[in-house]
Amino acid sequence: MIRHLLDGVPRRGIALLLVLLAILLAAPYLVGGYVLSVLFLILYFAYVGQAWNIMMGFAGQLSLGHSLYVGLGAYAAAALYVHFGISPWIGLGASIIISGFAGAVIGFLAFRFGVSGVYFAILTIAFAEFARIGFDHFAWVSGSSGLFLPVENYTENDFWNLRGSPAMFYYLMLAMTVAAFLLCHLLLKSRVGYYWLAIRESPEAAQALGINIFKYKMYAVVLSAAMTSLAGVVFAFYYNNLFPEQIFHISRSIELILGPIIGGVGTLVGPLVGAFLLTALAEGLRELMLQIGVEVPGVKQVFYGFCLLWVVMFLPDGVWPPLARLLGLHKTERED
Amino acid sequence: MTAFLQIDNLSKSFSGLKAVQDVSFTVPKGEIVGLIGPNGAGKTTCFNLIAGVYKPDQGTVTLGGRSIGGWRPDQICLAGVGRTFQIVKPFAGLSVLENVIVGALKASPSVTEARGKAKSVLERLGLWHKRNQQASELTLPERKRLEVARALATEPQILLLDEVMAGLRPTEMDTMVSVFRELNASSGLTILMIEHVMRAVMSLSKKVVVLNYGQVIAAGTPDEVTRDPAVLECYLGEEAL
Repeated sequence: MIRHLLDGVPRRGIALLLVLLAILLAAPYLVGGYVLSVLFLILYFAYVGQAWNIMMGFAGQLSLGHSLYVGLGAYAAAALYVHFGISPWIGLGASIIISGFAGAVIGFLAFRFGVSGVYFAILTIAFAEFARIGFDHFAWVSGSSGLFLPVENYTENDFWNLRGSPAMFYYLMLAMTVAAFLLCHLLLKSRVGYYWLAIRESPEAAQALGINIFKYKMYAVVLSAAMTSLAGVVFAFYYNNLFPEQIFHISRSIELILGPIIGGVGTLVGPLVGAFLLTALAEGLRELMLQIGVEVPGVKQVFYGFCLLWVVMFLPDGVWPPLARLLGLHKTERED
Repeated sequence: MTAFLQIDNLSKSFSGLKAVQDVSFTVPKGEIVGLIGPNGAGKTTCFNLIAGVYKPDQGTVTLGGRSIGGWRPDQICLAGVGRTFQIVKPFAGLSVLENVIVGALKASPSVTEARGKAKSVLERLGLWHKRNQQASELTLPERKRLEVARALATEPQILLLDEVMAGLRPTEMDTMVSVFRELNASSGLTILMIEHVMRAVMSLSKKVVVLNYGQVIAAGTPDEVTRDPAVLECYLGEEAL
């Protein structure tokens, strides 16, 4: 199993990943609360970016409505906890099922009726907007006035109910990010990974090679939706409040795809690098501005804009591919 | 020889334009059949009808006794039909090896096995030394060979080749011709080829079907069709006589 996992990965890459993992594991003991919350955000965006990347980067289906899955996942687990006291570890099952089902409905409508490209993207936006407006009027989860999770001062971590310190959430997010990374790595080496890439590159040619493109595109959408919903669960229990206007908003969908776009769509490491660059630099910039006494609202958004512009103009494949070459981590010649 | 692929009264119109009308012909098992005709005669449409890209308006396509008309392209591939595209469709962002692995996965239980099959196909077509290049970096003749390699990797019983010789140098063409001849002889691969390069058609095919304006105007041995006055008039030209 481990051999299969490491097959074809440059040694230097493994070493760097292990060093990174060690730093991330030690982080809560080394840094303060603010930096830890930034690190949590980085991991959160790395994780959802990875999940989105399965759909867009691997299978070539552009979703601009991934906030739908975050929101559905968050609301499902949170509502079950608030109303029935059901642990999020059980509630996440509902999150996965509801989000996966939503993904399946969107995928079925689009792929069965040949909706693709920008039209598919518009369809994903439409469903997210539909959910935003629908949840505004959904009394069971308090509609537009928001759903709040009970907050107390916890002396110890209650992992079963996800009530506890930021460090607990940090480690949970880290574990999810690592798991998503490994899962995507394995998927890319498997039959389904090859099929996704083939569909992304040329659906006609893929179909002519015996690939049921409907089926494999559905796999990508449902898996991506289900993974994204788990981020929603953590989001709900970390922030303890949910508003439809925020969680389903299109700006959230855009925010979560910026990481993989800046890092490199379709690459395994791109979402990590992108999330790190964007979040760390944006927060760093904000902090720097505060230090020199300038508080400009929206500076983060302007910064995102510049990053995007810069990447689109100079690094159309994202930051990671040239960075990988620089580090000597690009695909090595394989003697088969 | 029994008919392996049988086309009966196949018709397809595109908003009033009859691209293929009442076309019938057979491809016997283990044979190489050429499909020729002037540009716009309906050859590629005919291929797309067989491969499932279009659904026929009328007529049937039978493969090994099973009617496959109206099936999806992937089902037709699984039934044993491999095809190439006239306008090549490589998986541009993948390496040459990965392109062929995708094809080989159809008939392989694991990626490792598919990799092995892809290797032997690439070696056969002289593309092994290019395996780590991105498909987008290949020249057009190499991309045509990649199309063939990918289709062959699916281990088809019948291969549909759409102008794979176009743009090849004479020596490259001779290599390609010998590859097909060898595949046909060693594994009994049945081939239906659309081709404008008459040298390749004449040296490979036992039987040639000629299309013009969507209809079959002649069928027979290469010698017979090249002497057919209708074929000479519309396609080969009088000087071929």
